[in-house]
Amino acid sequence: MQMPEPDAAIIAKRPEIIDQLNRIVPGGPFGANVITDPDGLRAYECDGLSAYRQLPMVVVLPETTAQVSEILKYCDDAGVKVVARGAGTSLSGGALPLADGVMLGLGKFNKVLDIDYANRAVVTQPGVTNLAISEAVADHGFYYAPDPSSQIACSIGGNIAENSGGVHCLKYGLTTNNVLGVEMVLINGDVIRLGGKHLESEGYDLLGLVTGSEGLLGIITEVTVRILRQPDTARAMLIGFDSAVLAGDCVAAIIGAGIIPGGMEMMDKPAIHATEEFVQAGYPLDAEALLIVELDGPKAEVDHLIDRVQGIAADLGAGYFRVSENEAEREKFWAGRKNAFPAVGRITPDYYCMDGTIPRARLPEVLKRMDEMSKKYELRVANVFHAGDGNLHPLIMYDANVPGELERAEDFGADILKLCVEVGGVLSGEHGVGVEKRDLMGTMFTEEDLNQQQRVKCAFDPDSLLNPGKVFPTLHNCAELGRVHVHDGQTRFPDIPRF
Amino acid sequence: MTDRLLPQTKKDVLDIIRAAIEDKQTLEIIGAGSKCDWGRPVNSAALLDLTKLTGIMLYEPAELVLSAAAGTSMMEIQQALAEENQQLAFEPPDFSLLYGGNNSGTLGGTIAANLSGSKRLQAGAARDHFLGFEAVSGRGEQFKSGGRVVKNVTGFDLSKLLAGSFGTLAAMTSVTVKVLPKPDKTRTVLLYGLEDDAAIKALSKALQGPFEINSAAHLPANIAVRSSLSYVASSGGSVAAVRVQGPGPSVEVRCRAIRALWQASGDVDELHGHNSDILWQEVRDIANFLSNAEDQIWRLSVPPSAGAGVVAAIASQLDGEFYYDWGGGLIWLAVAANAGNSATIIRQAVDNSSGHATLVRASAELRSNVDVFHPQPAELARLSRNIKSSFDPAGVLNPGKMYKADG
Repeated sequence: MQMPEPDAAIIAKRPEIIDQLNRIVPGGPFGANVITDPDGLRAYECDGLSAYRQLPMVVVLPETTAQVSEILKYCDDAGVKVVARGAGTSLSGGALPLADGVMLGLGKFNKVLDIDYANRAVVTQPGVTNLAISEAVADHGFYYAPDPSSQIACSIGGNIAENSGGVHCLKYGLTTNNVLGVEMVLINGDVIRLGGKHLESEGYDLLGLVTGSEGLLGIITEVTVRILRQPDTARAMLIGFDSAVLAGDCVAAIIGAGIIPGGMEMMDKPAIHATEEFVQAGYPLDAEALLIVELDGPKAEVDHLIDRVQGIAADLGAGYFRVSENEAEREKFWAGRKNAFPAVGRITPDYYCMDGTIPRARLPEVLKRMDEMSKKYELRVANVFHAGDGNLHPLIMYDANVPGELERAEDFGADILKLCVEVGGVLSGEHGVGVEKRDLMGTMFTEEDLNQQQRVKCAFDPDSLLNPGKVFPTLHNCAELGRVHVHDGQTRFPDIPRF
Repeated sequence: MTDRLLPQTKKDVLDIIRAAIEDKQTLEIIGAGSKCDWGRPVNSAALLDLTKLTGIMLYEPAELVLSAAAGTSMMEIQQALAEENQQLAFEPPDFSLLYGGNNSGTLGGTIAANLSGSKRLQAGAARDHFLGFEAVSGRGEQFKSGGRVVKNVTGFDLSKLLAGSFGTLAAMTSVTVKVLPKPDKTRTVLLYGLEDDAAIKALSKALQGPFEINSAAHLPANIAVRSSLSYVASSGGSVAAVRVQGPGPSVEVRCRAIRALWQASGDVDELHGHNSDILWQEVRDIANFLSNAEDQIWRLSVPPSAGAGVVAAIASQLDGEFYYDWGGGLIWLAVAANAGNSATIIRQAVDNSSGHATLVRASAELRSNVDVFHPQPAELARLSRNIKSSFDPAGVLNPGKMYKADG
């Protein structure tokens, strides 16, 4: 992975940059807000994609929007790159630092600002964790629906940067469908507000654009999300099948019957075994594929739909069927799935978590070809799968201490993602492109597609100072991208009807 | 008379836009023309009419996805979905009556205007179901974004930008949307006789309960009387309404619970499926309730709890008729065609909370003279202009449709 060449002139100015940051964000009673020593910087050298590491030039931890604005304005004027960081849980290297860049940490933006039940909205600072929002409103019977597996640690600001999903997004939508507004600082220091407690934005939907933009467009300093009333009842079912094809058919049949479950997950045999060993959730070890289907809503609805799903599964010859009888059992059913990553981590020195999405009907074919790749690369793979929406998380097992294995795991992963695109899917469902999938963007997009995306980046950040080196495989100069290509004389259209 | 260009293929669209760039001409993009009076009048050299780009290219009911050429009529889309007992969950309104047209538009137009219906509360708007597209930008480049799957964070979500851009960034040639099953059963609970403020509080109370309400409207007495449903029209007073949908047993339980919750606030009643569909169609399509064809029509999006206050502030200075959707968060407002100071009064009231006010229908003269879309703060306006010029630097597509400065 090639990152942009560090700018020696900027690195030479490091003492001056540190002075300016200290001036903007003075230290408080608990110590400095500008981190410069190697040991302190070490904590920021990577995010959840720990294969890539780089010490940042300096870390700054502002506490107010005004400070963020001043930092960005200074960096813009001085031509210094900025990488934002929330909780550092990105799995795609979105928060990988730059040797010649300021890392702007949002950890001190950690307060819930306003809970508004009448409008069913919460206003919060971006460093608050995903789970903390749900906890803040749980007493009143509300929650925030998107629930990425890292929800205990990941920040809501980071969720917006990556448009995070989770097991509940089949029914309740992704981050983008649950965010109502943000306050954001642009690289020139401008503070803008997009959306708010009203439901709909007007004008260009910059809120929708910013969601999932991986820190390339601005720095979010405040967030408004919608909260939902907790369902009265939720029950989970385990359904085991002798083949992934049947499990896939079952998913299609459930949706075909007009049922959209709160969650619908699939695991393959290696994942079933790894998780069962780890948490003893009671999964059937002889099944080739296991579905976890959760239905939520009023009790009458849940009971009714469980009967229907049971009927569908029985018709397809499910070999194993169990319904949770109480909340503890429901949580136990989920425990395996939610701990799939650490469970796989126990049976292999290292694993590499992938994140592609495919049209669901192509699942059997994709699993079969993944199996062939596994043999070719001589690396094991376990699959957990957001079955309802086709989002695959293959976990490739390797040992970083064996020379060449990391590279083989990366090549295997790239082949899986290319396969996802080939069958009509995409490179990333919810983890983002970051540095990890950057160089694969060309398999999904043409140069014209990517150029248009980069021109949008230029509209926000003309000197490409915010998180450069992420998402786009080639860094273009904005002036060069802005030129209109003229197609002299090739574009007459005599055959098109005119009236 | 303005030239009307009728491309048959996406390559034609590309050629037309490239030629317009070379000739320094402008183009107004239109579909079926069902709502082309929404936005500022466009004075372009030619019309780029996309109605020949038709046809459903992919529809996989089990995958909940549909792709179609941008000019495909909404009628064709809705018919295909109905055959599989599915629907567009964002419930796009049919504005043919509002604008005096005779068709419900195209799928591309529905997305370009980011339409949404009463279900916006729960299901979102067109932008929330818009998965991907192919288009030709105002630079004369063919490009695409998104895909056919729901979970996708591969690159910037340009679909969001195109939804609601009113053809000012690119001419979409094909679009892909998420579709959903039709609910088994629909019912509506009615609560009679409350003033606006009390009604919106009652709606909010119901929306905070575990009833999965997907629509919540309030009709003041002068509006309710225009409903074609006697349950709504003949009470003589105002009517607040919430809709619940889903499997039969669940809908019954939820309706009972809402009635119990509301019992103390006033008389309650219930509409079954067919009557529910009629009521929500009236709420969504507007023209039955705000029936004077000459009036200016405004659409206000505000925090739901602020709705009644915003209306009261406007009503103290301006005569008009109005009703609420989205639990108070959407206000449809009709004022007399000659009310010249309406924009100032309405926008002041909205700016005192948060949100925006759009002039959805008015004479071409008024739409040229006042801001049709809510004026933006300077920083945001600058950013919007940068976005426009990143797609369409020469201002070829729909010049001035959204903002005067782009004309």
